[in-house]
Order: sequence, then C-alpha cells, then structure tokens
Amino acid sequence: MDLNTIWFLLIGVLIIGYAVLDGFDLGVGILSLFARSEHERRVYLNAIGPVWDGNEVWLLTGGGALFAAFPIVYATVFSSFYLALMLVVAALIARAASFEFRGKLAGPGWRKLWDWCFGLGSLVAGLLYGVAVGNLIRGIPIDESGNFTGSFVGLLNPYAILVGLVGLAMFTMQGAAYMCLKAEGEHLERMRRWTQGGWLAFIVLYLLATIVSIFAAPHAFQGVLGNPLFWVLSLVLIVAVVYVPVASRAARYGRAFLASSGTIIALVGLAAVGMFPRIVPSSTDLAYSLTIYNAASTPRTQTAMLIIALIGMPLVIAYTAYIYRVFKGKVVLTEDSY
Amino acid sequence: MDPVLLSRIQFAVTAGFHFIFPPITIGLAWLLVVVEWRAWRSGDPTYVEMGKLFGKLLAFTFAVGVATGILLEFQFGTNWARYSKFVGDIFGAPLAAEGVFAFFLESTFLGLYIFGRNRVPKAVHWLSILMVAVGSVISAFWILVANSWQQTPAGFAVRHRRAELESFWGAVFNPSTLPRFFHTITASLVAGAFLMAGVAAYRVLRNRDDEIGRRALRLSVLWGLVSAILVVFPFGHMHGQQVARTQPEKFAAIEGLYTSQEGAPLVLFGLVKDRPPQLRAKIEIPGLASWLAFGDFDAPVQGIDEFPVDERPPLWITFVSFHNMVILGLFFIAAMAWGLLQRWRGRLLEGRRYLKLLVFAVPLPVVACQFGWVAAEVGRQPWIVYHMLRTSEAHSQTVSAGNVLFSILLFGVIYLFLGALWVYLMVREAGHGLQPAVAKEVPA
Repeated sequence: MDLNTIWFLLIGVLIIGYAVLDGFDLGVGILSLFARSEHERRVYLNAIGPVWDGNEVWLLTGGGALFAAFPIVYATVFSSFYLALMLVVAALIARAASFEFRGKLAGPGWRKLWDWCFGLGSLVAGLLYGVAVGNLIRGIPIDESGNFTGSFVGLLNPYAILVGLVGLAMFTMQGAAYMCLKAEGEHLERMRRWTQGGWLAFIVLYLLATIVSIFAAPHAFQGVLGNPLFWVLSLVLIVAVVYVPVASRAARYGRAFLASSGTIIALVGLAAVGMFPRIVPSSTDLAYSLTIYNAASTPRTQTAMLIIALIGMPLVIAYTAYIYRVFKGKVVLTEDSY
Repeated sequence: MDPVLLSRIQFAVTAGFHFIFPPITIGLAWLLVVVEWRAWRSGDPTYVEMGKLFGKLLAFTFAVGVATGILLEFQFGTNWARYSKFVGDIFGAPLAAEGVFAFFLESTFLGLYIFGRNRVPKAVHWLSILMVAVGSVISAFWILVANSWQQTPAGFAVRHRRAELESFWGAVFNPSTLPRFFHTITASLVAGAFLMAGVAAYRVLRNRDDEIGRRALRLSVLWGLVSAILVVFPFGHMHGQQVARTQPEKFAAIEGLYTSQEGAPLVLFGLVKDRPPQLRAKIEIPGLASWLAFGDFDAPVQGIDEFPVDERPPLWITFVSFHNMVILGLFFIAAMAWGLLQRWRGRLLEGRRYLKLLVFAVPLPVVACQFGWVAAEVGRQPWIVYHMLRTSEAHSQTVSAGNVLFSILLFGVIYLFLGALWVYLMVREAGHGLQPAVAKEVPA
C-alpha cells in the first residue's frame, strides 16, 4: 500500500470519527428543536456538553490533514463550495456559541434565541454536509486545469439534496440513539421512538439514494462488485442497520448506539470504496478528476504527517475514551451545567 | 470590487477577531494551573471558588475562540486557493499537527475540567487544567510555525510550481519560529494576568473584603510583572533582532528607518509621510536602533530606500502599530511593577485609583497583541510568502467579489454580535458571588 492510499484511508478515518461523534451532537441539536420543556432543553445541551467541542475537533483536524495530504483537493473543494462552506461555518458558530451564551441570562427571549441557534445550526450543518458529500460522489464541474466551473445553485441539485436528507435522517437516528443513553422517563420513551423513526426514514432515503446513484454517479459503481471490501462493508452495513431497531426495542441502548455508529462507519466506508482512487470526480470529464495521486503532497510531507498521526492519534483516542467513561450515564443537572 | 482586497479584509477581520481570545485563554489557563494547584493542596474553599470563577471566564472565552476559529481552518482553501496549492506541501502539516496535538487536548480536558470537578479525583482535575494549558501552548506553537514559515520560509525547494518540503525540521524551526513563539506566549501570559488583575480589582473595589479578589490581585501583579518583563526582554528583543536580520524591509518599516545609514537612530516618535517616505516631528536616540539590532552603535542598517518600491510594506500602519505595541508593553511593566511595590508595602488594596486603572487596563494587552500582529503581517506585505509568492497572486480565482462580500457581511454581523455579548457577559460574570460590602468596613 502506498502513502497516498494510506492517507486516503486516514482521512476516511477522520471523517468517520467526525460523522460518528459530531453526528450524534448534530442529531441531538436537531432533536432539541422538538424539546417540550426548559428542563428537557437543558438535558439536550448537557448530554453533549462536556464532549461536543472535542468531537468538532475531528472536523478541524480532518481539514488540516486534507490540506497537508491532498492540498489540491483542499484548495479546489473549499473554493468551489465557497458559499455552502460559509453557511456551514456560520451554522457551526451559532451552535458552538449557544452552549455558553444560553445559560448566562435568564430572559425567555434570550434563551429562545440560543435554542434556535443550537437547533437550526445543527440542522443546517447536518443537511449541508450531506449535500457536499452528494456533490463529491456525483462529481463537480472541474476543467482540465483543476478549476471549478460550476455555481452555488448548481451544487443544490436534486441528487445532492437527496443525499443531504439521507445524512439528516442518519444524524437524527444517531442523536436519538445517543439520547436514549442520557434521557430518562417519558423523554427516553420519545427518544426511543425517534431512533426507530429516524431509522425508518434513513432506510427509505438510503435505498432511494442508492438507486438514483446508479444513474447519477455510475463511475462510483465501476468495479466495486469485484472489490472484497465492498462486500465486507455491505455486510457490516446490513447487520448494523438491522440491529438498530432490534436493540432499541429490547431497551439495549448502548448496543443500539453502537449499531447506529456501525451504520455510519459502513456508509462512509462504502462511499470511499466507490470513490477510490478519485477524491473529486469531474463531471465535465472523468479524466479531469482529482485523485489521490494528482492532488497529493510529496511523499516526504505525507511521511512526516504519518509519524505525527501515529504519535498523536492513539493518545487522542485514549483520553477521549477516558472522558466518555467519566461522563457515562444519565444527565444530572448541577450548578456546573449549562 | 477587487476580490483580492476583499479577501484580505475578510482574513484581517476574521483572524484579528479570533486573535482576541487565544491570548486570554493561554494566559488564564496557566494562572488557573497555579490557582487549582493551591485549591487541591490546601483544600481552601476560597481557592476552590477562585478556580470556579476564573474557570468560567476561561471556558466562556475559550468557546468564543473556538467558534471564531473554525473559519480560519478553512479560509486558506476558500479564499486563498492559489496560495494553498503553492504552500500545501508545507503549510497543511502544522495545521493538522495543531489539531492532533493541541485542539483535541484542549477541548477534551476543558470539558473534563469544567464538568468533572466532582466526578474525578482532585489530582485528575488539576491535571485536566494543566493539559488545557499545555494544549493551548502547543496550539500556539504549531500555528506560529505555519505563520512564521510565511515570514521566513525555510526547509523547502520550489518544484512543479509549488514549495516542496526538503526538511521537516528546517521548515518547523525556520528562523522566526522560536522568537515569535516565546514573544507571543509571554504576551499571552500578560493578557491573562491583566484579565485576572482587572477582575480582582473590580471585586475589591466593590467589596474590600472579597477574599477571591484580594488573593487574585496579589497573584496577578507578581505574575503580570514577570511576564510583562519577559515579553520585552529577552523575547521581544530577540524577535526584533531576528526581523532585522531576516526581513530588513519590515525592520525598516516598523522602526521608521527610511534611509540606509550607519549608527541608525531609534525613533521614539514621528509622523509618517508616505511619498516620499519621511518622518516629521521625530524624536530619536542616535545609534540605538543599530545597537539593539546588531549589538554595535555603528552597525549599518538598511533603510526602506534600498528596496524596490513594489517590495516595500505599507509604512504608516506598520510604524504606528509597532510603536503603539512598544508603548503598551512598557506601560504593562510600569503598571505591574507599581502593583508589586504596593503589595510589598502592604498597600495593594488601598489605592482606589490604581485599582480602577487595572479594571480599565484589561483590554490593553489584547490591543497590544493586535498591534503586534498587524505590524508583523502588514510588515510582510506585499508578500504572502516572503520573497516567494505575492499576496496579489494567491487568492481563489473561482470565487467572485460578490461571494466574498457576502461572507464578510455575514461574519461581520455575527462577530460584532458575539463580541459585544462576550464583553457584556464577561463583566457580569466577573462579579459572580460577590457579597455586598458591610457598611462598617467601608473606609471613612
């Protein structure tokens, strides 16, 4: 395996880490739009209070790693998705600020403002991530010198929006599965129903998106049937996705959450299998696509980065696991809470 | 409108606004390492309450820093795509390293520190604030590696129309990394000390018996004086010498030296005229700039006249911001030295005017950081990578001026709103838990 492939995998790992972890944060934010009381709103915020910021770092590190390993992709994609990305960042800012600002003043209008920032920020970010992934799977108009020739409106095509909705359903399922570990009583019951409802929406939308993809993004299916990884990931996806409602009905919430996370891992993995070795297919001419070879940094940089990742990431995973253990269990509101 | 100018405005606004928060976070985190150590070892409830108060201010400031920092990770790609393609082999690695080694550490342990007070052993709780402080310094290191490489690029060769890495450590420890790192970290310690001192003075002014305020005041003036001295000497001085050696046009611009000469004077004051470059009404000390830069009163120093017109940085803004930074730096030493003197004389709580000064001085270290940053970054112009790539050739060609204008307005509004609320809520939180002064103890 060459360095370029290793970095393709490692960036996939960062995206998976982000999608699984901030996935439930975004889902919790979306669900908070349907909160029924002040107490419940605070349960949502505090369920992810100690961990959301660390989860978001997966995105920042992913951005940095993409810049370092595939600078041409970083430059092309981010400048192509300019307005969409600015909206994502604005949504993330609104969301990040709501945690700290909301509890600082008591007025109902004040709290309502930050509730909307938290909920809508999560919704907009969650939707636009899927839209971006949809565009990357389908390909974006790139000319032979690697420049984007499309428009913002062009990025909001029906296929991309469909993938955006798949993402939204997936985040909702993930968020509800997480909240089942954090909420109690009637709230827990509702979260259980949301897990199953989100699951159903996800299955329907995912199957629809897969069928549409065969026509909208045929290049993503070239040769996948002969790739053993495709079959392994498909199997993981089926097992995980079937197990989500089973575990949820049996009140095995920890397992339901792991199954939901497994679904996300398999899904991102399958998308990666379809795209490899391209990172950004060109819809103008597939030959103009950005690949792990023509968009890469030098082997020297990729090696240095690999050493950094091998030193740093095990530490990150170790203390992240520790903090999740510390904050395991139901939300208890104290004077330190948001 | 010119998309390059707009992208420059956007970068200046978003990076400048973000840069309000990290110095405070770094400075406050290290002070909290001391406070929480005492809280842990002595079990004294006053230190515990002090930790909670300043811990909240830290968490709040950190959150706004995080919120405004997200955009910076992406902005090189969105607005400066040609720059990103040119430097990608070098510039991305420190950003990724910052994420791996610093952001995870800070964010994870800050959550543990704020929410874990009653959930983890006291030693682990202290360790968590230590990790936040260490993480914030590592973060500063890597981002300054990236920025310093733009100032004094090293460890690379230009091939395939881009800068390709030749030596990782050569790029990391390029000539300006270490001077700028130490200068910035000590400046951050000053910012933290002035924040703590201001909050403490505010509390003591409201109630002389506020034990949190009294102790925080004693701690912060000592801490503040030591760091205020260090930021100027040796680190500011080291940084100045490095600029003189490695970026002579920036040195000439910030010092106001417009003609090459031996025994260059140190300009204390002057009014900058751009065309032709000259200083009016200047006050200067002969030979001192030569001595400070090269250790010899007669050493030759290059003036701005030695450089082609299209390679000169803007003169007015670099001169003014650099000199304002220096004036503020000297003020910080004086203010904290006075405080420490009063502390020794046992009169730190007496001088109400001094305490009021400390309250109003809270934003000044941040202002000094902004001046220093403007001098450093505008002083690098017209280059985005010194002598390698011009700023005018680095923006994203596929992003229109209208799009950039939209994002400037979007983030301008958001940041103004966040900034105003941050100030208002910080002031509110500063008085948290303050008991009203008991009438008999108010001095007659």
